[in-house]
Amino acid sequence: MRNGSFWIAAAGFGIAFVALSRVLFTNEYYFFAAYVVLQYIVLSTAWNILGGYTGYINFGTGAFFAIGAYSSAVLHKMPALTEAWFGIATPPIPLPVMILIGGIVSGVLGLGTGYLTLRLRGVFFAIATLALTVVVQTLIVNWDYVGGSRGIYIIRPADAPLGGGYIQYLYTLMLVLAVISVGIARTIERSRLGLGFAAIRDDELAAEAGGVPTLRLKLIATTLSGALMGMAGAPLPYYVTYLDPTSSFNLAYAVNSVAMPVIGGMTSWVGPVIGAILLGTIQQLGSVGFFLDLNIPPTFNLLIVGLLLILFVIIAPNGIVGLVTAHRRKRAGALAAVAARRAA
Amino acid sequence: MAVSLDLLVDALVAGILLGGFYAAVTVGVTISFGMLDIANIAQPAFILLGSYAAYIVTSYVRIDPILVGFIMTPVFYVIGMVTYRLYYYAFESRGEQGIQGLAFFFGLLFVAEVSLVLVFGVDYRFVEAPYIGPSIHLWVFDLPLRMLIPCVVSLVMVGLLQLYLTRSFIGRAILAVSQDPLALQLMAASPTRIKQIAFGISIATCALAGTFLIVIQPVEPSIGRDYIGRIFAICVLGGMTSIPGMVAASMLIGIVESITATFTGPSWAPAVAFGFLLATLAVRPSGLLGRQ
Repeated sequence: MRNGSFWIAAAGFGIAFVALSRVLFTNEYYFFAAYVVLQYIVLSTAWNILGGYTGYINFGTGAFFAIGAYSSAVLHKMPALTEAWFGIATPPIPLPVMILIGGIVSGVLGLGTGYLTLRLRGVFFAIATLALTVVVQTLIVNWDYVGGSRGIYIIRPADAPLGGGYIQYLYTLMLVLAVISVGIARTIERSRLGLGFAAIRDDELAAEAGGVPTLRLKLIATTLSGALMGMAGAPLPYYVTYLDPTSSFNLAYAVNSVAMPVIGGMTSWVGPVIGAILLGTIQQLGSVGFFLDLNIPPTFNLLIVGLLLILFVIIAPNGIVGLVTAHRRKRAGALAAVAARRAA
Repeated sequence: MAVSLDLLVDALVAGILLGGFYAAVTVGVTISFGMLDIANIAQPAFILLGSYAAYIVTSYVRIDPILVGFIMTPVFYVIGMVTYRLYYYAFESRGEQGIQGLAFFFGLLFVAEVSLVLVFGVDYRFVEAPYIGPSIHLWVFDLPLRMLIPCVVSLVMVGLLQLYLTRSFIGRAILAVSQDPLALQLMAASPTRIKQIAFGISIATCALAGTFLIVIQPVEPSIGRDYIGRIFAICVLGGMTSIPGMVAASMLIGIVESITATFTGPSWAPAVAFGFLLATLAVRPSGLLGRQ
């Protein structure tokens, strides 16, 4: 499928999904659950643009995500601040603008971290991102304007722009983000940029020698990936209505955004989507006690995610997509052998 | 802010004691990451396992927690060897140690943390020992025994490891594998076997480091994360492969953290190590004492 038609198909799919969900989701809870799954689609796709395409692992999804969330919290308090300081009543900032700004702030963070560490071996970038979460959390905890360690309450606007409840609005925005990020991932995959990324992943030294501007491409990937993570985090304050450092920097974000692409398959855009839908749904079901008969505590979901991550990394490093392609190739091989025997 | 000399000296001494403890926490990573090139980001998880081992044993038997660390060391050595075997077969032998190996250790780190939460909950756990509480008063500063004893034992352990690595046959083989695995193979020694021993040692140090941790402060499962940035900052700052460099870097980070905590409040201390890590990576990736 050409890029243009893919975008159209994805947009059509998104619109159909929104329309269908408005009819089929009888309970508001479904919007809450679907929001989380969509959020993970954005996060894992964003992670995969850097991790899967260029081979640089980011363990700091939590930091980028939380930066997006906290930039929204700051913007949310902005009208009150300008009124107190300048006596001008400014209208509240619309959420799509907040998402854009959250994306820019996180993108700059990605660019900065990448610039300082990407000239070295990939391991150092991974370690720096791992420590980044702790540091950004330290900054937020010490920042009183956004509530410090106590957290901050965010009151949702009374009416939602698209009709229906506010949660439906959040859900629709997240669906749009998911469609956009998947579209971006697929477009990159088939572009010169994607070829450059793949060259870096396969052999960075050879790519450099072959004239690929490796540092610049890596910085593009970190910035883009960070920006999408920040955008995924931006609506979070309105989703949870109470934002605090412990829950917004939860390690679960980092683990899920690594585990989902690894389990789904890192080399194509489909992998992270499969991983996110699969793991996201399992965790949502687990957290509402779908497996209640088995008496599983919610933390147990995360244990399963971690164990699946280890298992897949050892046994099926190319994820579900890799398993499927291997199976297809085997079948195609077997069919070809049969055909050859018949012909002979 | 008026910087009083007493306060500064106190912070300096506390920092040196903290640095001694950091040396024990980091020496394992200096061996695994620095010498063997295995980015074991799950090291803090193994250290926490050491802490919880001390907690479990001391809650049943009246025994000194640091002694438990010594007793558990062989157990951790075996755990380390098994982990390396798994790592070798799953990644190194396939030449996939980069992304896959990192994801593997990240998974281990996370699974360990979640398992500890499931078993022990998120409550802080602590141990009891006669030296937790009292302190020796010298001139203008206090030497809290709960810091002094881990610091001394840690420096002895790190010193012995340095002697072992530079004087013994196996130790020198480990240094050799860190320099040139192929050359080692040509000398008819198996790099894999040497690496297995070395990785075992690196995990074995977690038994003692973990008991130091729980002696110094109460622990809960997520505390390990705070140490990742610190451990790797020290390892990189120390020049990756050099144990003396690592000790110097531990002292430096310990002192700067302690001074930061004294003068700006303890909530800023975790950012110190990260600042050092980023600055080192950006300016001088070979570390303090590293060869350029």
